[in-house]
Amino acid sequence: MLETQKGWCFFMDSSSWFSLKLSLQVASIATALILLFGVSLAYLLAMKNFRGKEIADMLFTLPLVLPPTVTGYYLIVLFGRRGLIGRPLFEATGWSFMFTWQAAVLASFVVALPLMIKTARAAIESVDKNLIRASYTLGHSEFSTAMKVIFPLAGKGVIAGTVLSFARAMGEFGATLMLAGNIPGKTDTMPLAIYSLAGSGEWSEAHAMVMLLTAISGLFLYIANRCGKRLI
Amino acid sequence: MSLSVSIQKKIGNFVLDVSWEIHNELAVLFGHSGAGKSLTLQMIAGLMEPDEGRICLDDLVYFESATGKRLRPQHRMLGYVFQDLALFPHMTVLQNILYGGHGISKTDKGVMAVEMMRRFRIADLRDRLPAQISGGQKQRVALARALMRRPRALLLDEPFSALDASLRLEMGRLLKEVRQEFNIPIVLITHDLHEACELGDTMFVYTAGKIVQSGKPDEIIYRPSSLDVQDLVQGSVYQLERPAVLLQQLCAGN
Repeated sequence: MLETQKGWCFFMDSSSWFSLKLSLQVASIATALILLFGVSLAYLLAMKNFRGKEIADMLFTLPLVLPPTVTGYYLIVLFGRRGLIGRPLFEATGWSFMFTWQAAVLASFVVALPLMIKTARAAIESVDKNLIRASYTLGHSEFSTAMKVIFPLAGKGVIAGTVLSFARAMGEFGATLMLAGNIPGKTDTMPLAIYSLAGSGEWSEAHAMVMLLTAISGLFLYIANRCGKRLI
Repeated sequence: MSLSVSIQKKIGNFVLDVSWEIHNELAVLFGHSGAGKSLTLQMIAGLMEPDEGRICLDDLVYFESATGKRLRPQHRMLGYVFQDLALFPHMTVLQNILYGGHGISKTDKGVMAVEMMRRFRIADLRDRLPAQISGGQKQRVALARALMRRPRALLLDEPFSALDASLRLEMGRLLKEVRQEFNIPIVLITHDLHEACELGDTMFVYTAGKIVQSGKPDEIIYRPSSLDVQDLVQGSVYQLERPAVLLQQLCAGN
């Protein structure tokens, strides 16, 4: 009991506040990007027929089933200082994703994106096709139909995908560790801070952080379930 | 105005190959399910593309395989009422009708929507969602929405199939009013011989993707050109409660 109390007091500690704030910041930015790209991709996959559609779906979904370290490895190959994208980026700007909080955003984005794509695609596909056709015959463009008919009707799925993505981004560990490292006061998000605390035997502090992260994730899962209930 | 349709489409083993032309009249597409009636309507509306052929309304070409011309459904200015009505479930009656006024200025759209609701006697339902109104009321909303843009032609894909007999009669009366007021080509798909006789000026009998007979509904009923048509018509008549008497009554007016 005393240990737990000590743990909660520990939350007044500035480094822990930093980890909490960084986790929220990383998850929020990653979720905003996921909302933008994930919903667009989900719309394309649900509504359009194009060559390589299922391969694209498989590629975007892979991070869901791959070990996070493998996803992190791929991200290093792409965005590392000598990576396919990372090298020209570094040569042009002198800046690299590696070991920055932006790398944590990138890792969270890639790992949580499939949750949005899968949820939003299913929701968009469930919209009655006759409603979409009716909108076209009434003179509305594809964009107008998407904004006024498809997304409002698929809204619960998109909200559920957003909440799940945020929860996943909050808990992201493996790919973040590979790409952003675990630098105290710079890239140590809550999962990384817990890892460090447990590694150094600071169990009461780790315990408090675990409880908080569990509570946040549980809350978001509860919201996602409420939003997704009518989709199932 | 005249709506001219000449289309061919192959889907698996099914081949649709029909040609017909109508003027400002109500044409009934009659036939068994799967005969190609709904496909024809979808192709006129631009929701599906024929393999070959030509669809035009007066001089305006909607589709022409020879020149590769294809007008998008948004630009065809057609009113389309779907079998399931396709009312937007998240919009109120008023919002559904306003949605049909795409391209009209906001002020005019509001005035027109109010006028449409008055004409179709749904003004008191304006703030209700489609789930909160009856089947007959939904039909009125769907018709009002389809007519908001003053379409060049009206396509009705079995819109009354889910209604009971009295509501069908009421909707038939409403459709006659629409026809008189708008004076545009109207194409109605129905399995109901009563509706065909009551409402149709012309009837096209579809069988397996072909038109096997066309003409006035009573001519087709009394002088079927083949056994297929006879079976089709008789089959529909026997579904009625008092076939012989009703048939005479129905066609007496025509």
